[in-house]
Amino acid sequence: MATDAFAGSFDTRTGTIYNVSGGDWDTISPAADGQKEQIVVNMGPQHPSTHGVLRLILQLEGETVVEARCGIGYLHTGIEKNLEFRNWTQGVTFVTRMDYLSPFFNETAYCLGVEKLLGITDQIPERAQVIRVMMMELNRISSHLVALATGGMELGALTAMIFGFRERELVLDIFEMVTGLRMNSAYVRPGGVAQDITDDQVLRIKETLPLLRSRLKDTTDLLVDNPIWMARTSGVGYLDLAGCMSLGMTGPVLRSTGLPHDLRKAQPYSGYDTYDFDVVTVDTADCYGRFLIRVGEMKQSLRIVEQCLERLDKPGPVMIQDAKIGWPAQLSVGSDGQGNSPEHINHIMAQSMEALIHHFKLVTEGFRVPTGQVYSAVESPRGELGVHVVSDGGTRPYRVHYRDPSFTNLQATAAMCEGSMISDVVAAVASIDPVMGGVDR
Amino acid sequence: MTEGPTSAPVTPREAGLEIAAGQVTPPAALLNLIEVRDGAFGSRGSGDTSGFGGLVQPVVMPGPTPPPYGGWFDDLAGELELALADHGLPMRSAVESVVVDRGEITFYVRREHLLIFATVLRDEPALRFEMCMGVSGVHYPLEAGRELHAVYNFQSITHNRRVRVEVAAPDADPHVPSITSVYPTNDWHERETYDFFGLIFDGHPALTRILMPDDWPGHPQRKDYPLGGIPVEYKGAKVPPPDLRREYS
Repeated sequence: MATDAFAGSFDTRTGTIYNVSGGDWDTISPAADGQKEQIVVNMGPQHPSTHGVLRLILQLEGETVVEARCGIGYLHTGIEKNLEFRNWTQGVTFVTRMDYLSPFFNETAYCLGVEKLLGITDQIPERAQVIRVMMMELNRISSHLVALATGGMELGALTAMIFGFRERELVLDIFEMVTGLRMNSAYVRPGGVAQDITDDQVLRIKETLPLLRSRLKDTTDLLVDNPIWMARTSGVGYLDLAGCMSLGMTGPVLRSTGLPHDLRKAQPYSGYDTYDFDVVTVDTADCYGRFLIRVGEMKQSLRIVEQCLERLDKPGPVMIQDAKIGWPAQLSVGSDGQGNSPEHINHIMAQSMEALIHHFKLVTEGFRVPTGQVYSAVESPRGELGVHVVSDGGTRPYRVHYRDPSFTNLQATAAMCEGSMISDVVAAVASIDPVMGGVDR
Repeated sequence: MTEGPTSAPVTPREAGLEIAAGQVTPPAALLNLIEVRDGAFGSRGSGDTSGFGGLVQPVVMPGPTPPPYGGWFDDLAGELELALADHGLPMRSAVESVVVDRGEITFYVRREHLLIFATVLRDEPALRFEMCMGVSGVHYPLEAGRELHAVYNFQSITHNRRVRVEVAAPDADPHVPSITSVYPTNDWHERETYDFFGLIFDGHPALTRILMPDDWPGHPQRKDYPLGGIPVEYKGAKVPPPDLRREYS
């Protein structure tokens, strides 16, 4: 036997020895010695294809997924607990951070719940509702664009990613112009919205829409008839109607089975029944179908935004007129920077004692909400976003629970992935479009 | 959505709970007591100069609604009664009370009958609540013997209706049957409620923590679990953590 200067004297050919640091694989060698070798692979939580900090625990046989499980909780921030220690209005700044790709839906769902508890649902000014709908629909576009962008990136279509994020900037610019912030706006408030939208802003949104429309077409054209994209997504991540029902799936995943269930049509809120739009469905129940639905929904959202802009020609209040509930002041920019408008300060300091009291009470302790519980739901880009709000009659929520569609839909990962190739896992998860901020809250 | 009629919260007197003179305080278990507040403005820690310092108010959730409930709620209750009877379960032994509030109907179901109730909700053609929108826990520490509530929202796409089912369990015996066998979507939802409230869902295939780390002590969403936080210094002054700041309710 030749001596090897590097191998040393001990001989490893006595049997199969698996040796990695920290453990003795001798003890598990029977499983590895089997005819069909199965390995467990951790995919994520820090992995570019898992759509955020999602951890997938995959049991693989070769490249076939035998079992898929999700590990979540990496983005849990205790928002629901925090809400119980802030007043009802402050709650908006927390819920907007849950599903960070669709902040306006979080805010609106919460506010609809609070308004229902207060019994003021039909007193919300028309203009505030139109602004809410417009912001939500713009948000749906930006959210779907990220779904396409990250989904494309995860499957290797980097151009789609670059274009998707570029187009999203157009929408975020509108958000910034209207609310002051690109994300986490805390713009929708119980009783209305935080700030009126000016004619200038309406004009600029009108000017942006044609650009957005043509760019949306360019971006989606990259993928719609793309044979590689179709090969990666058609017939992948299949989940039929029965599966969707039992797993509580909503949104594009449910509509990809051909069921036209959309809360905007089925249980209209914020005046959605007065807008003209279609519910997009396909019947392929696969990833490609869900992609087509998102493309179609963006077009429908543009239709709704256009109708909103027409209605915004009519001026009006954007906050409920009830002085015991409505936030008293709007912001404006004065010589000393941003603050409450000079008219309002003059009003409360020089003209009306009651206005001063209302301002003081609302800003320091907030309004009281009668005891009870409600469930309010909106159709977010990912499905039914439901909020269970409980009030104990105080100035703070007693309990707020978000039924986030990302959380529920992510449960379908196993049903969509098991038995498929590991590369299809990426496509399936991308088609669910989970946002981990919403999953973990 | 077919909105049901809105009914104002029912006072104990309207609910027929005032049985005899001198017995004005209703049983807490029936009215879901949350808190007893004193004073007028909820301020604590400073002298009450309002003159209302002696005011004591029990805070209760909306009480039971006597039938008729109005709108489609009556159809629903009737169908439920028939369907439950098919399973040999009288409505009044399964359902503690019914609350119609703000256009939503809530059935307070005894926990031992929850599974049958959920099965009936899903399977009965006249009910057909295909979807469960998960379970939300609520902790009412003052409601002796019924501290932990599990609140389920169901949706029927066929009939375009929603219904809420609430189940209570004592803190000392925090067990509620799992309905994952009927609604598999509740798998994660029940794990979440277990994680945050310590409600144990019997029959769940793998009831483990889902959002908190596996070795986390306690159940964070319970009212006796502190929010935590540290004081923050700002321009020389200390701002206390949120759960120690002044509160008004």
